[in-house]
Amino acid sequence: MEFATRAAIPSRRTPGACYRAGVDVALFVPCYVDQFYPQVGMATAEVLERHGCNVFFPEDQTCCGQPMYNSGCWDDARPVAERFARIFAPYEHVVVPSGSCASMVRNHYADLIGKGVRVHELCEFLHDVLKVTPRGRFPHKVGLHRSCHGLRELRLGSGSERLVPRTDKVRELLSGIESLELLEPSRPDECCGFGGTFALDEEAVSCRMGRDRIADHESIGAEIVTGTDTSCLMHLEGLLRRDGKPLRVLHVAEILARAEAA
Amino acid sequence: VNLHAEKAALFVSDPARSAWHDQAVWWVRQKRDNAQRAVPEWEELRSLAAQIKAHALSRLADYLEQFERNAQALGARVHWARDAEEHNRIVHGILRDRGVTRLVKSKSMLTEECHLNPYLTERGIEVVDTDLGERIVQLLREPPSHIVMPAIHRKKEEIGALFHDKLGTPAGLSDPKALTEAARSHLREKFLAAQAGLTGVNFAIAETGGFVVCTNEGNADLGASLPPLHIACMGVEKIVPRARDLGVFLRILARSATGQPITTYTSHFHGPKPGGELHIVVVDHGRSALLARPDFRRSLSCIRCGACMNTCPVYRRSGGHSYGVTVPGPIGSVLAPSVDSRKHRDLPFASTLCGSCTDVCPVRIDLHHQLLAWRGELARQHLIPSYKRVAARIGRGVLSRPWLYRFSGWLARVALRVLPRGLLYARWNGWGRGRDLPPAPRASFRSQWKSRGHAR
Repeated sequence: MEFATRAAIPSRRTPGACYRAGVDVALFVPCYVDQFYPQVGMATAEVLERHGCNVFFPEDQTCCGQPMYNSGCWDDARPVAERFARIFAPYEHVVVPSGSCASMVRNHYADLIGKGVRVHELCEFLHDVLKVTPRGRFPHKVGLHRSCHGLRELRLGSGSERLVPRTDKVRELLSGIESLELLEPSRPDECCGFGGTFALDEEAVSCRMGRDRIADHESIGAEIVTGTDTSCLMHLEGLLRRDGKPLRVLHVAEILARAEAA
Repeated sequence: VNLHAEKAALFVSDPARSAWHDQAVWWVRQKRDNAQRAVPEWEELRSLAAQIKAHALSRLADYLEQFERNAQALGARVHWARDAEEHNRIVHGILRDRGVTRLVKSKSMLTEECHLNPYLTERGIEVVDTDLGERIVQLLREPPSHIVMPAIHRKKEEIGALFHDKLGTPAGLSDPKALTEAARSHLREKFLAAQAGLTGVNFAIAETGGFVVCTNEGNADLGASLPPLHIACMGVEKIVPRARDLGVFLRILARSATGQPITTYTSHFHGPKPGGELHIVVVDHGRSALLARPDFRRSLSCIRCGACMNTCPVYRRSGGHSYGVTVPGPIGSVLAPSVDSRKHRDLPFASTLCGSCTDVCPVRIDLHHQLLAWRGELARQHLIPSYKRVAARIGRGVLSRPWLYRFSGWLARVALRVLPRGLLYARWNGWGRGRDLPPAPRASFRSQWKSRGHAR
């Protein structure tokens, strides 16, 4: 069987143990995070557990299908999406540390496979569902990169284009952390240029956009750039390492985990 | 071949110029933001505009006929053109029949789209674009790179050199005011000598038969008023039902385009001037085909404000010419493939799908979702490169089998660790041309998670 049924979940994780109070959460770790940035997945689980969640990791999961979908190859994305829907259907809460993957599942599955799956990006889950204010200490100057899909597809914030009341869930989440100086780049929500396959299709423009974001964060004195999506951060990190620059990238989950452990 | 990527790479290869262009266009986006903040009901206006356009498009044939009747009652002649060729033939016919050899034009992206200028020039008619930006690109023998600011890709020094060459301004003169003055007196002669004026149309009003042209330079008014003959060219989608709908559109157009509350001139034309002639050429050129496609019809709501270009991080860095079409940027990348999907198959991929265009659009066109929809459509038409099709097929195979996925991930991480840098960053690696590859941890998340579980 490909997935655990709802009833089987607690015993599957800790055989023989008593059922723990708290929210059961299935963790979706995006494929590239699983393989190249495992620390982001671990930090996500840590943060969720610290805030009272029982975290499950359905082991048959692979990917949401976005790489194929955004390339136009919907026939190839479909079975991957259907697989995802099957694996995560039994869980009430599915949390993913990526705005882009969350948007793919929530906003595009209906078109692709005829049914949406309820998923939450990590920050919106903490903010909207658990309604928690993380505490702790993280004495660093952090530049906030607002990843596009989290911002404009999930509305984690209001965005600079629209005339709506200013909101920012990520900023709110980080606001309770002591000594964390959260800095605004001069262009508050410009794309970093990753864009999935765009990074390869339009390599030159992609790199130019990334270097412009880096320059913006450098100019405001950030030591660390954070964001909700490791994909953007991987792109920026690749540029930073190539250029030998001291600016570092950390996923929001990593900052929360470190702050709360401090 | 990915034409946009190639031309964009060329533009970006001059980092100073690309950065200058980005900043110049971003400045217009900021002006738009400031103008928008002065209108508290902005989002409501966007919704209203989108609804009016959706309604007008849903009854397009009826409104067009109503417009025709009312325009004719005002004394205008209305012509119908199925495509660019017919449009050009009609315009040329009107001019030829009246012996016109000198035509002044105000900005019209439709006539750019139809390539009217070369058509008329080949037939012995002198065509002078009178919008300053359009005149600059005309003298440069270049297409516009932006629909509102046609010469935004050119620096004032380059324009100074051009005017020195073509208009005889002093060498080295690059003061924008002085250059504008020079263009003004040069154009004044053209206006006075012209036998006909051609304008575009921003809004055609079904209930009155009148139409509105918005400019900042007054050139449309001069061109329409001095010569006895006025030809106005419009796409079928320019229709709005009622005059009072202008109260919505005129408030969002200039604010979105340039950050002005309203264009300097908003000229209403109701029939020909006394003793003159007014011809209105209504052009389809692929628009009704687009209307027939539910996925893409909303793109016909476009009012050509250019805000999606100004906000597009790709457009700002790659320049308008990289798109190879009259209307560049996000809206152009949606419109162009509907005319010729094979020729413009690269454009829906010239976007990161960041969605800024959708949020900035004053008529709420879901631009980045339409770009995504085009990608699916192009794949269905087998118009995406074969390497992408193969990669997607492999991706599907790997991601459908957890064991194969785990093995592939492991293999990739091992490769990243053990392969020599020369091999890892060889030509095949597009990612690695300007960036380093990601780190290669020994254990994936899932194996770390598993071992953590055992430890507890």
